[in-house]
Amino acid sequence: MYRYDEFDRTLVLQRVDQFRDQVARRLSGELTEEQFKPLRLMNGVYLQLHAYMLRVNIPYGTLSSRQMRGLAHVARRYDKGYGHFTTRQNIQYNWPKLAELPDMLADLAEVEMHGIQSSGNCVRNVTADQYGGVIAEELDDPRVWGELIRQWSTLHPELSFLPRKFKIAVTGAPHDRAAVKVHDIGLRMVANDAGERGFEIIIGGGLGRTPYVGQTIYDFVPEAELLAHLEALMRVYNRFGRRDNKYKARIKILVDDIGVAHYRELADKELEELKDGPLRVPAEEVARIRAYFAPPTYEDLPDDDPAYAAALFEDRDFARWARVSVTPHKQPGYAIVDLSLKPETGIAGDCSADQMDAIADIADRYSFSEIRVAHEQNLVLPHVRQRDLPALWRELGAIGVATPNIGLISDLIACPGLDYCSLANARSIPVGQRIWKRFADLERQHDIGKLHLNISGCINACGHHHVGHIGILGVDKKGEEFYQITIGGRADEHARLGDVVGPAVSYDDVVDAVDTIVRTYLALRTGAEEPFIDAVERLGADPFRKALAGEPTHAAA
Amino acid sequence: MPLLKQGQPAEDPFVALDDPETPPPNDPETAILVPLARWTAERDSLLGRSGPLGVRMEPADDPEDLAGDLDRLSLIAVAFPKFNDGRGYSTARILRERLGFTGELRAVGEILRDQLLFLDRSGFDAFEIDRPDAVDAWVKAHAEITVFYQPTGDDRPVAFHERLRRRKAAAE
Repeated sequence: MYRYDEFDRTLVLQRVDQFRDQVARRLSGELTEEQFKPLRLMNGVYLQLHAYMLRVNIPYGTLSSRQMRGLAHVARRYDKGYGHFTTRQNIQYNWPKLAELPDMLADLAEVEMHGIQSSGNCVRNVTADQYGGVIAEELDDPRVWGELIRQWSTLHPELSFLPRKFKIAVTGAPHDRAAVKVHDIGLRMVANDAGERGFEIIIGGGLGRTPYVGQTIYDFVPEAELLAHLEALMRVYNRFGRRDNKYKARIKILVDDIGVAHYRELADKELEELKDGPLRVPAEEVARIRAYFAPPTYEDLPDDDPAYAAALFEDRDFARWARVSVTPHKQPGYAIVDLSLKPETGIAGDCSADQMDAIADIADRYSFSEIRVAHEQNLVLPHVRQRDLPALWRELGAIGVATPNIGLISDLIACPGLDYCSLANARSIPVGQRIWKRFADLERQHDIGKLHLNISGCINACGHHHVGHIGILGVDKKGEEFYQITIGGRADEHARLGDVVGPAVSYDDVVDAVDTIVRTYLALRTGAEEPFIDAVERLGADPFRKALAGEPTHAAA
Repeated sequence: MPLLKQGQPAEDPFVALDDPETPPPNDPETAILVPLARWTAERDSLLGRSGPLGVRMEPADDPEDLAGDLDRLSLIAVAFPKFNDGRGYSTARILRERLGFTGELRAVGEILRDQLLFLDRSGFDAFEIDRPDAVDAWVKAHAEITVFYQPTGDDRPVAFHERLRRRKAAAE
């Protein structure tokens, strides 16, 4: 776990004092709301319909148990006793009072957390693979680089008033859990022919109104030149990105406009002076950061713990949970465990202060005091002994975070939708709840297998419907809520946008349509070993379109 | 509008020739400030003047257009029509760090007190700022944050270099 040194600590505390002064100027009337807005936004404070909202960064999705307790504390002291984990490794508090926000931020600073640049047209919280450092397949721990980027981007004097917000994600593993191809800049660690590590830089991805899968602009950038490349790419964006229309201001529009080859020419020109300048990352600094992410002192254990194997054999419920919640760890005898924040009733990503405290205690006892936040709005315990899994499962069940639905159809992502959001055309959360109900039989969910379902209540795409294996987009048709359905989208290393499978359906019909798509898949798949997304790639969208239109699909009898 | 140079109130000797119809003052010693477009159009005659010369750049202007003239310019004013248009920060860094401009670099337009440090770090040494307590605001903005993570053209020590320096000093 990274720990602040005196530089990091000083900066965050100074920032709290600065914000305290800004709030005082706002409360005294010296600053108007319009003048205050950019200042509060740069500290993660939004003004919503009824109250201010504070968004707190969880850099590269890593939390200590101490930090989790800090999040619980501020939820109780300054909010209504809960927080909401988002799809970008942040936590949001929906009811803080303006006058108390400086104290809230000061309390968060005590546990080395802050809301700096969690909103505004600047570089946002850097996200990373939630399994960084514990998954066997990775080339390197992406958090090391996430921390380096966090520091470089914090209060960057040149890049704090960009055309629009800017999101960077990092993965160190070939299998991409960080959705790097749908970020403004995505970084994938790769090795060159000489065996040296570096980065593939992907640029111009993003969802929203005009979705794009990002394109590779640099195949291989040496580690020492990472920051220089980021600065060059972002300077080009800062200078040439559109500022006349907020819906055309993201980097993806610029990349599409001038082409990735020309973009690279412009960046290369900047690199001439930046590449060998003071932005060159000193190996000593990388080593210093890396030391904080050193693995904990694992026990020397055999893999395939017999007690775990026995429990899998004896307890069907445990086995069902383990099948989707437990991922192999690079250390023999250990496991990575996902905690579901997607219960049948409740809002995806919500977590009460009591749950946070309990998870912190559990992390102390079972996971070297470490917790991760996944962009699917679930939590992760990254270092659990296999033999502890049955006991851990019971404890997680007792606090309601052991629903065995990780990666399944009910592990869905839905934006707040028409119930909460003034931009939305249609409800999202109730659609998600109805889908949960339709597929409430967990045996059936497990039979269906891996399936990402995403719901957005409007074209701003906060529910990332374009990259859902099944995507649902709320649209307004003459004042009525309708839903356009896509299939085949994905945000991983094979990222692509989903294909529309027919005319939009009504609120009443949307769950039946999802059910039809799922039944068609079950009928046409080669077997349980062919997940939904693979079947869609093999079959194309046509059989699903036909099924939705009521035509026969020649389903295997 | 009040002008601050290096944090102190300063007189502005430059006559702004924003209107393309306005002829330059007869006295060739008078300091003048012209938009980049006018500079490009009247460059040769303006270079014949003996007084200080300044050019005003809009956000979309390319600093490379001035690359050959920088040793003749005493002032470059960079416009911020809106505080949230951040292009001028890049303009400043290119002028200072790539093209080596050493004259006065002045931020003009809608400048918030809370941006002064960013402007300073990007290479500006002068600001037009419309508030009575400008000097106080400047001092405060510079005292508020003392940790810097990004090397820019200013001489401020950057955290990752400073960490290295301290470690080496401790090892000796």
